[in-house]
Amino acid sequence: MAENFQLQIITPDRIFYEGEASMVEFTSVDGEMGVYKNHIPLTTVLAPGVVTITEAGGKKDAAIHAGFVQILGDKVTFLAEIAEWPDEIDVARAEAARERAEERLRNHGAEVDVARAEIALKKALVRIGVKQ
Amino acid sequence: MASMRDIKRRKGSIQSTQQITKAMKLVSTVKLQKARNRAEQSNPYFNYMYQTVTSMLARSGNINHPYLKAGSSKKKAVIAIASNRGLAGGYNSNIVKLITGSDMAREDAQIYMIGRKAKEVLVRKGYEIKADYSDVIEGPTYEDASMICKDVLGAFSRGEIGEIYLAYTHFKNTVSHEPTLMKLLPIEFDEAELKEADSNVLMNYEPNEEETLDLIIPKYMTSLFYGALVEAVASENGARMQAMDSATSNADEMISDLTLKYNRARQGSITQELTEIIAGAEAIS
Repeated sequence: MAENFQLQIITPDRIFYEGEASMVEFTSVDGEMGVYKNHIPLTTVLAPGVVTITEAGGKKDAAIHAGFVQILGDKVTFLAEIAEWPDEIDVARAEAARERAEERLRNHGAEVDVARAEIALKKALVRIGVKQ
Repeated sequence: MASMRDIKRRKGSIQSTQQITKAMKLVSTVKLQKARNRAEQSNPYFNYMYQTVTSMLARSGNINHPYLKAGSSKKKAVIAIASNRGLAGGYNSNIVKLITGSDMAREDAQIYMIGRKAKEVLVRKGYEIKADYSDVIEGPTYEDASMICKDVLGAFSRGEIGEIYLAYTHFKNTVSHEPTLMKLLPIEFDEAELKEADSNVLMNYEPNEEETLDLIIPKYMTSLFYGALVEAVASENGARMQAMDSATSNADEMISDLTLKYNRARQGSITQELTEIIAGAEAIS
């Protein structure tokens, strides 16, 4: 059994999660990562994705969009702009957002901000993914 | 001496004003509590962000990054946070004074304004208002903060402005709020503070230091700005609560003063009437 470390997920509005976890998995801009205790010190930028927290009681999923994570030996801190538990996500809204973003990407004119639509699509997909 | 009727009318009008100020005080007390909770909840995020950025800069030494040195332009952007409504004591005028009293030349300042009241004054004084986001202050969200920051940072990286300042009211506690002018960009830290930051751990960055800084500094700015927004809302309501509290007690004072005058006038008129009757009776007999 892996040893526990301190995990904090902080958003501008609240402390989203604070507790002991044995492993945390997330998506960074360079790909998916899993972190155990005594990872080398690392600061990396988050990509919109699912964070899976493994604690004594089982696994927990959450959606995280934009932010960064600081890993320091026995302490891991996420600074996320938005973080949501599955039960806080409105699937209908996420689906609508997905359709809107896809529509924009499919037939976009010059005035459509492609990068923005892509981010919106990614966010919607993450939300839907966490819920399932 | 004013007539009894005049005094009575005046007293009535003060009483109704007092009712309004009392109600406003209650409303802003409730709003203050809400705003304060929000400010407290955003504190951990902001503190941690500050720590991370300081320790990052402490470790990386003099890294050459556009966000860390002043742009070539002489123009200075000021994001000013005031309120859309008046009747908050010196709240709005303090922000205006902060900007006019700073050593920035009027021609060099470009104001990104939040709050209609202070905007009116600054326009009259001849400042250039670059953008107006006054609606944001009604219920600031992190997205609002990030949108405004993006606008300002865009202007910075295009070289239109050389420095970015933030003027807001720092919320110390319920009774004391401090207008603060803070430099956002280029980021400057005290040497002492940098030394204090723990620099004994060797930190790795992914993708690399420069790119990470690129992404983290806008977030850092946004979080500072968001923190300032929620604090400003708390300060506004605090200032209004105080102003209304003193207005209510002033009204109390005036009313008791007028009551005294009214009673005196009434006594005076009774005495006068009596004297007239007695004098009349004596004249007849």
